[in-house]
Amino acid sequence: MKIGVLAMQGAFREHIASLAALGVEGVEIRRERQLEGIAGLIIPGGESTTIGKLMVEFNLLEPIRELAAAGMPVFGTCAGMVLLARDIIGSDQPRLGLMHVSVQRNAYGRQVDSFEVDLEIPVLGEEPFHAVFIRAPYLERVEPPAESLATFMGKTVMARQGNLLATAFHPELTKDLRVHRYFLEMIK
Amino acid sequence: MGGTKMAAAEKGTWTVKKGLAEMLKGGVIMDVTTPEQAKIAEEAGACAVMALERVPADIRAAGGVARMADPTVILRIMDAVTIPVMAKARIGHFVEAQILEALGVDYIDESEVLTPADEEFHINKHEFKVPFVCGARNLGEALRRIGEGAAMIRTKGEPGTGNVVEAVRHMRRVMSEIRRVQNLPDEELMTFAKEIQAPYELVKQVKELGRLPVVNFAAGGIATPADAALMMQLGADGIFVGSGIFKSSDPMKRARAIVAATTHFREPEILAEVSKDLGEAMPGLEIATIRQEERMQERGW
Repeated sequence: MKIGVLAMQGAFREHIASLAALGVEGVEIRRERQLEGIAGLIIPGGESTTIGKLMVEFNLLEPIRELAAAGMPVFGTCAGMVLLARDIIGSDQPRLGLMHVSVQRNAYGRQVDSFEVDLEIPVLGEEPFHAVFIRAPYLERVEPPAESLATFMGKTVMARQGNLLATAFHPELTKDLRVHRYFLEMIK
Repeated sequence: MGGTKMAAAEKGTWTVKKGLAEMLKGGVIMDVTTPEQAKIAEEAGACAVMALERVPADIRAAGGVARMADPTVILRIMDAVTIPVMAKARIGHFVEAQILEALGVDYIDESEVLTPADEEFHINKHEFKVPFVCGARNLGEALRRIGEGAAMIRTKGEPGTGNVVEAVRHMRRVMSEIRRVQNLPDEELMTFAKEIQAPYELVKQVKELGRLPVVNFAAGGIATPADAALMMQLGADGIFVGSGIFKSSDPMKRARAIVAATTHFREPEILAEVSKDLGEAMPGLEIATIRQEERMQERGW
């Protein structure tokens, strides 16, 4: 099984390393033809405006929407969460727009406010998940069929809608592989 | 709700400092001097901007002492865009860095483009919550800066020249020294650390990782999409473009082309396509015509 990792810009190397630690091959996706044969797709952290513009320029938005509509699991972290959201507060930037959520970009402030914290994520079990938030977004609204899987200070920071998964934090920057494993289980 | 969780949240850690640089990888960071330029950069797909009063080519032309930008300029640029904003402090000028941190900039470049404030000591970057990027010409210099707390490294190149030759030299040097470390038996690491004047623990990390322990960008003289792709193929994690964009005849088009070239650096047909009809590049400078004492890369150690 191969998992695509969108490699327009951002932390794609770390996601590929997390997948490798789980014994799964991650392949870099920069062109439409590279989407062939992947069982799932990860959209990494990075700058959502940069990644979105490059997805438009190199014609990746529609092919990925089609694959997601056909049931292929897609997992977005940070910028990836922004790109998956239907509504981006105060922005008309390009996006996949698949999840019924409203996202606030840079929701916790600038870089000096970036933080790490232990989160309770019931779907991952009792042990808290050490989450790294970097100029992170949060979800202001989550509407069915999307559902919140974790919150921090009252705002959703992890959500799922069927075959779509999004986190505001960066599981690829820590050694804890439970979020990636949860995503891989969505594929089976 | 969340009150106790908030108390447990830790800011300014090494992970979040280094982490932001990881998020910038594969992207282009552009020098801008006005909010309008910042918007052009963002629209073109820059992953961050460097807020300056003057681009390096103008600093070089103006001469005199180059200092941190006026906070008003930086704040206006921060208001204009949603992408991260970086700003430069003079080498060793920790008060300029304190001011930039207070302004809320996302990254500080302790930069040889400005006139050094201290010829002996760089800033103790561990003391800050805001992360730092520093220039380096070789592995020893890169590891000394990381030892002082830099969470990101870039080549120095020769800023403001539009001539990529020095950035190439510095990137090749760092990469070849990394390859050398990987082939050294453990008992030779201490002597190697002594030779390149680098912290031993970091030399060991380089051997284990096969790369620098932080993100390594290319900077200093990059002017075309081909330059950007060249640096990426030589092993850069991303690109800084200083004077190259807003000193060219069509900044938006050139900026977009450099962004596309940085993503698709291994695809010559895309590089060919985006290199078409870009107009005039910035006028370049032959390095040999710059007097030794005017070479910015000689600043810092």
